[in-house]
Amino acid sequence: MARLVFLGRLEDIAGTPDLAVPLQEPTALADVLVMLPPFVAEALAGPKVKLALNGKLAPPAGLILADGDELAFLPPVSGG
Amino acid sequence: MASVRLEPQPFDPAAEIAAFAAAHADAGGIVSFIGQVRAGDGVEALELRHFEPLTLPGMEALAAEVLGRWALAGLLVVHRTGVMHPADPIVLVAAAARHRRDAFAAADYAMDHLKSDSWFWKRECASGEWRWIEPREQDHADLARWG
Repeated sequence: MARLVFLGRLEDIAGTPDLAVPLQEPTALADVLVMLPPFVAEALAGPKVKLALNGKLAPPAGLILADGDELAFLPPVSGG
Repeated sequence: MASVRLEPQPFDPAAEIAAFAAAHADAGGIVSFIGQVRAGDGVEALELRHFEPLTLPGMEALAAEVLGRWALAGLLVVHRTGVMHPADPIVLVAAAARHRRDAFAAADYAMDHLKSDSWFWKRECASGEWRWIEPREQDHADLARWG
């Protein structure tokens, strides 16, 4: 099981702040995204969305999710 | 020396600045900036979300960068999270320095980077409906000033 976390507007698109995804084995990000509704996967894979794997920024290319991992999807910030 | 905090509850900027000034009696000048929730436009509430593993560490890194760039006696950054209402303080930046220009520039730089470069997501409630705020081009233009 891995946990996906959705920040900002991505929470509204996903309809939940986080989601547990069952993993049989370490799985590429693209193969995790196909488990989600297409419109959610499309929003999460947007060019401006950054990723944090277990609390550290990680490039999407080659990203593998393993059991116990937490992957956060961070849309463009709008703070202060 | 920097003090950087996330505040989930309302804070009192005047009390923060008074304590900061007392702690830096050696500084010749203190520049402070307070960002508050703007009244009007039908906005009833504003919420700031953050991401625990990145937000505070990112602000601490920014503070360290500011201290490296200007000669400061101290730097204070207090940033709210959670739900706020019109006129509530959102952010306080105070820079204490021997000379005022360093303090002005440091506070200005810190605010520009907090606005456009820190891990916060903002949404507003108007007429009972929440809406996420998209990044502003102006914030990125402000950032580009610093090269």
